[in-house]
Amino acid sequence: MGEGLIAAAYLIATMLFILSLGGLSHPETARRGNLFGMIGMAFAVAATILSPQVSLYLPIFLAMVVGGSIGITAATRVKMTQMPELVAIMHSLVGLAAVLVGLANYIDPTAYYDGPARTVHGVEIYLGILIGAVTFTGSVIAFGKLSGRITGKPLLLPGRHTINFVILVGVILAGSWFIGARSHEEGMIPLGIMIVLALLFGIHMVMAIGGADMPVVISMLNSYSGWAASATGFMLGNDLLIVTGALVGSSGAILSYIMCRAMNRHFLSVIAGGFGTEGGAVVASQAPAGDVIPITAQQTAELLRRAKNVIIVPGYGMAVAQAQHSVYELTTLLKEKNVNVRFAIHPVAGRMPGHMNVLLAEAHVPYDIVFEMDEINKDFPDSDVAMVIGANDIVNPSAMEDPKSPIAGMPVLEVWKAKTSIVMKRSMSSGYAGVDNPLFYKANNRMLFGDAKKMLDEVIAALKS
Amino acid sequence: MKIGIPKEIHKDERRVAATPESAKRLIELGFSVAIESGAGSSADFPDEAYRSASVDVVANPANLWAQSDFVLKVREPENHPQLNLHEVDLMPDGSALMCFLWPAQNQQLLQRLTAKRATVFAMDCVPRISRAQKLDALSSMSNLAGYRAVIEAAHHFGRILGGQITAAGKISPAKVFVIGAGVAGLAAIGAARGLGAAVYATDTRAEVRDQIKSLGAEFVEVPYREEGSGTGGYAKVMSEGYQKAQREMIAKQALDSDLIITTALIPGKPAPKLIAASVVEMMRPGSVIVDLAAEQGGNCERTSPGEVVVRNSVTLIGYTDLASRLPRQASTLYATNLANLIEELCPNKDGVLHINLEDEVIRAVTVTQNGTILWPPPPVAVSKQPVAPQPLKPAVAGAATAGATSKHVEPKKSATAQSGSLFKAVLPMLVAGGFLLLTGQYAPPDLMQHLVVFALACVVGYMVIWNVSSSLHTPLMSVTNAISSIIAIGALIQISAPDSLIFILAGIGILLTSINMFGGFYVTQRMLRMFKR
Repeated sequence: MGEGLIAAAYLIATMLFILSLGGLSHPETARRGNLFGMIGMAFAVAATILSPQVSLYLPIFLAMVVGGSIGITAATRVKMTQMPELVAIMHSLVGLAAVLVGLANYIDPTAYYDGPARTVHGVEIYLGILIGAVTFTGSVIAFGKLSGRITGKPLLLPGRHTINFVILVGVILAGSWFIGARSHEEGMIPLGIMIVLALLFGIHMVMAIGGADMPVVISMLNSYSGWAASATGFMLGNDLLIVTGALVGSSGAILSYIMCRAMNRHFLSVIAGGFGTEGGAVVASQAPAGDVIPITAQQTAELLRRAKNVIIVPGYGMAVAQAQHSVYELTTLLKEKNVNVRFAIHPVAGRMPGHMNVLLAEAHVPYDIVFEMDEINKDFPDSDVAMVIGANDIVNPSAMEDPKSPIAGMPVLEVWKAKTSIVMKRSMSSGYAGVDNPLFYKANNRMLFGDAKKMLDEVIAALKS
Repeated sequence: MKIGIPKEIHKDERRVAATPESAKRLIELGFSVAIESGAGSSADFPDEAYRSASVDVVANPANLWAQSDFVLKVREPENHPQLNLHEVDLMPDGSALMCFLWPAQNQQLLQRLTAKRATVFAMDCVPRISRAQKLDALSSMSNLAGYRAVIEAAHHFGRILGGQITAAGKISPAKVFVIGAGVAGLAAIGAARGLGAAVYATDTRAEVRDQIKSLGAEFVEVPYREEGSGTGGYAKVMSEGYQKAQREMIAKQALDSDLIITTALIPGKPAPKLIAASVVEMMRPGSVIVDLAAEQGGNCERTSPGEVVVRNSVTLIGYTDLASRLPRQASTLYATNLANLIEELCPNKDGVLHINLEDEVIRAVTVTQNGTILWPPPPVAVSKQPVAPQPLKPAVAGAATAGATSKHVEPKKSATAQSGSLFKAVLPMLVAGGFLLLTGQYAPPDLMQHLVVFALACVVGYMVIWNVSSSLHTPLMSVTNAISSIIAIGALIQISAPDSLIFILAGIGILLTSINMFGGFYVTQRMLRMFKR
């Protein structure tokens, strides 16, 4: 394959990737978008394999078959509730690959540059490996946290900002040493130091972030994996890599921004870690007050039967209990009884952006009754029952009412404005933010304690009888 | 108890404090109700209508006052022109009165009422909390005033408000500019939109922006950063820098407007002068300004309260009785507010007032009880500031309370200002631009070419992703994750190198990215298959 042909194939691949992301803007076109992505990837890989630089085909074939089968097996087996974990671990693979490609490129004797080009190339290699390494360990830790292998609580080392700063300085110093290195052997030392520092930084950064901030972290790591690919593209002088990496990078960055905005927090403060960790006075002002009114599944069914408008607010608890199918059953049952059932999704419900939507889609809940916070928040006063399934912080009125609350200013779903709100919850423990929820003590709120799936099934049984 | 409704004696006051409908409710609560003959006639409620609602019609006002234990009025008591007596002197000792009173401005009247051992409920003292909305007569009246302001403006305006294409040429829509988006301002926006005008509005309180937009008007911002919400959902006095920026913005907007409706009020202060005389001179001939703040001195320097004046071909409407110019509607709303309050005061429906001072709403409304002054009440916590503007109850900066006299209470302190937002926006751009130029100076041309590609791709990514529906965020992430395995290309190029270490590194790279590539696309496909309607 000649160079012109390869360039053309790369161009086609680029266009297909853009169309792919564009296709995901609507559920109708999303599958086509994914298909475009696959075709684009096929073009890119095939053109590269057929390029004159590549002469060994068997190892490529073997590596791709082995890797591909692992990937497809994992993708087949994964439960929809585990999507965040899968995405996190996959990000780590991209990060690691970026490190390996960077190293391979550095030790490649055929890649020789002189003058400013040499400096530029050095910087490119250095950045590619740096971003890749941070993405790698960051994603591994995120995976550990999401799968419950590591505690979801933020780990806050004393002087953690100082640690980060020291790492940053170390990385910059090692960088200037690396650029100035006279030989490859000498350059390997600062490169090694930097990789260790970057790996540590990735661990430290994600360890300090609480579980509720995971949507931001996942999309941020997504963004990093893109920037890593882009840096690799600069290093190899490959425009396809640069463009694709930039597409992925900016998409992740925007998602992070959207998530941060949904929590009314600054990106930096999320990354700096810790929810509600600024001083203990916060906790003191949050003394739980008043009584909660527990109800049974039968009473819940009775409330639902008499309702005309019901809004269901799912949260991470629904994912944990795998209750999405029961939720769907309840929805169909209520719809048969001519109850207007709708879903309200908070942007940061769950552990990754759009997590709740995927679960509801898995359970065949039609997407046209699933609404975003901004679309549905005004409708709570007109609804008879707002049913909160395993959510806490995203329905906490103190975000609006108590300026001292650690989640003050975060937009929340105003379920307390419904005639009755029902909160399904396992116990009275507080959410990730560690903030007590005054919603539970409101006069029009009822608590349905127990495992979300079990209680929903009981409600369904009571509705049927 | 006997409730009496005298005819309003204030000049041009057309409202009445009870309608046949509200009188029925009062009778159901156990009261007997009497009305002065002709009290409802300007509001199109004839005496017969009251009679058929079992209301006694009394011809002589003095008799009516004398026989009533509880009088309902619109305006505060004043000198009766025919009887030559003050209305307070007509009240029997120890009786009750419910009307707009403005205790802060009418201290003397308050003293007079205490001398009579009267119990007085002031409708202007209803606190602005959600529970008390059904009693909030000020909002009811402001709403009508806002509507009427547009109607008056349209009446004096020589063109139609809506745009049309006719056989005789194109009519462009009139531009209406509403200053102060309180209850009155929002009502004016709604009315002007309804007539087809293009509406622009401004307010010092940022939280009303969405309310303005929801009514189809455009929000015009003052290019200056300062939060304008005082306590209680009212506006506060802004800093000098802000005021200057605001006047400049308004002047600019005014020159481009056909109709201006100003409703800016600050509790306890004279109305802010927002439209200078020089601006009026420069406005297009035929323009109309309705100044709902006329009674408090006006938002426009040339307004003459209570009158319509024409200056430099610009009509300035300073009516102070706009709500009263919709007498039947205003009376219906006001009477309903009164009936709602009386219902709260008479929970047992036994025709007797039970004044429960524990209730914060009743506490605030009751300004005197049996001759003891209870005003001012202890402060009531109003809307939850600052994150929760209550959409049901637009907080009122421009609470042009037309009809009833209004000089609010509660002075506010001003806040410090901050500026330089423009500088903040430009600085990073300058830095980035400088950095790029510097790079271009030294870097090889290749790099610049790659940077161009990179920057364009970032922009494309940005544009594309903003349109992604939030329900697809997870599939989006998994597809971008799959796409990021494009890094395989790097490994693919390297694997054929003679060096065995490179071979191993690249081989692992291909393996890892393949997991990602195949797994990522496959799982996305699996997810998207579930997204069916």
